[in-house]
Amino acid sequence: MTVSQTIFRKALLDSQKDRPVGLSDSNGHPAGSRFDVYRNNVAVALSEALATGFPVIAKLIGEENFGAVAGVFLRQSPPSSPVMMHYGAGFPDFLRSFEPLKHLGYLGDVADLELALRRSYHAADATPIAPDALATVPPEALGEVSIGVAPSVIPLQSNWPIHAIWAFNMQNGPKPEAISQDAIILRPDFDPEPHLLPAGGFTCLASLMSGEPLGVAAAKATESDKDFDLGATLTLLLSGNALTSITIPT
Amino acid sequence: MYDASRSPQGLPNLPGVGYKPQHYSDLIASPGTVGWLEIHAENYMGDGGRPIAQLRQLTERFPISVHGVGLSIGGEGRLDPEHLVRLKHLVGWLNPTVFSEHLAWSTHEGAFLNDLLPLPYTEDTLTRVCDHIDVLQNTIGRQMMLENPSSYLAFDESTLSEPDFLREVTKRTGCSLLLDVNNVFVSATNLNYDPKQYIADYPLEYVGEIHLGGHDEDQDDHGKPLLIDSHGAPVVAPVWALLDHTLALSGPRPILIEWDNDVPEWPILHTEAARAEIALSKVTA
Repeated sequence: MTVSQTIFRKALLDSQKDRPVGLSDSNGHPAGSRFDVYRNNVAVALSEALATGFPVIAKLIGEENFGAVAGVFLRQSPPSSPVMMHYGAGFPDFLRSFEPLKHLGYLGDVADLELALRRSYHAADATPIAPDALATVPPEALGEVSIGVAPSVIPLQSNWPIHAIWAFNMQNGPKPEAISQDAIILRPDFDPEPHLLPAGGFTCLASLMSGEPLGVAAAKATESDKDFDLGATLTLLLSGNALTSITIPT
Repeated sequence: MYDASRSPQGLPNLPGVGYKPQHYSDLIASPGTVGWLEIHAENYMGDGGRPIAQLRQLTERFPISVHGVGLSIGGEGRLDPEHLVRLKHLVGWLNPTVFSEHLAWSTHEGAFLNDLLPLPYTEDTLTRVCDHIDVLQNTIGRQMMLENPSSYLAFDESTLSEPDFLREVTKRTGCSLLLDVNNVFVSATNLNYDPKQYIADYPLEYVGEIHLGGHDEDQDDHGKPLLIDSHGAPVVAPVWALLDHTLALSGPRPILIEWDNDVPEWPILHTEAARAEIALSKVTA
């Protein structure tokens, strides 16, 4: 009796399925619950990886519920790569579409933020520009410069108070109010942290990251939100070592 | 077949530990008896950040053993080409002293199951494992070590013993072996054979590294002991005794303490490494 890896794998991820025939305890008995060691190893390892990657989601729905939700997710979306630091990329969308959690509409966006923290942690290093580097650009050229953004910088747009929900759960921040918040992950050194992105900041960042010059980015940001404050946005980015180059067109 | 004469220098015959970031400062300040470190390859496949920065520091201070946990060498499908590229990149820039992987599978039909799953020891499996080791060794341009698994069950279809299987793999591929003494003890208990006989049958001359770790105790459906490899506890006395027995036959070898779960404070891990040093001091080359 040959036990193929297809048979083994199907029985591993589905405890309702019979254990494969052809496995024994080498004492003349079928392997029985010995097979469950592997079932348990797989489910626990993947579930723990999700709990480690999404601590705020685990707090928001409770550890027991998280275990059940993770159990559903890991069976329908096991990792597609052995690089586990990237596991769970589909978890935010799963939370958005998972019927029993649909009433908690913010979960998906909060999970996006947690995923972004992990991506930022492992992102490539980059040398930041000096805090006064922009001051050396002739004022008349400022609108034309392109600004490089560090790979660890990740802006996030949301209709929910994602930054407040994160801070409430991870830093004993104040109780979140029902407002929409954009956030940005900054990694000044090695530790990424979410910051609140001021009005228009997301549009400005998205424009800069697509390679558009500062003047265009600022104009788009003001168009998206009349309260956009370029100075405040640049100060936040510089304080987080988020900018890596200034290119003045020749 | 890979040309083993091109393989790099081996690890020193000293205790090593599986590297955990929480021990970084202790390792830099007071490594004590620890002469080398092992890292899990897959944890260092990001683009940058603290893990890579720490590894760059550590490799200045310690010989590094890169231990892959995700290649699925025993998988029925072909090796993941993207993962081979990642391994080649890591081994390329880090230039570790040694590289090792497992006699197991973990990926099938695109799903990575994050566990070291068991293989039947047959001619078919042997051919497949050797093909995959050839591919890996040619990709990274060096010899690898293959580690024996912890087993909780046996395949009825198996026709070869594990030591015979491993010996044949070394012959066909030129790879060397990583002998996990705890895994031998766990598998021997679970599958009811004598661990000393396993060591007697095992090709010790190919061993480039020894692993030691802790395990949990459970029972199977018939009340028989079922040991579960946990890497989350101290090494137990019978495993230390099996290590002594092995070293008496093999001579000194690099010995790794693996402690991956419920990771203890540095002094406790160092105590385990110091015990390995005592075991080494009892044997001569």
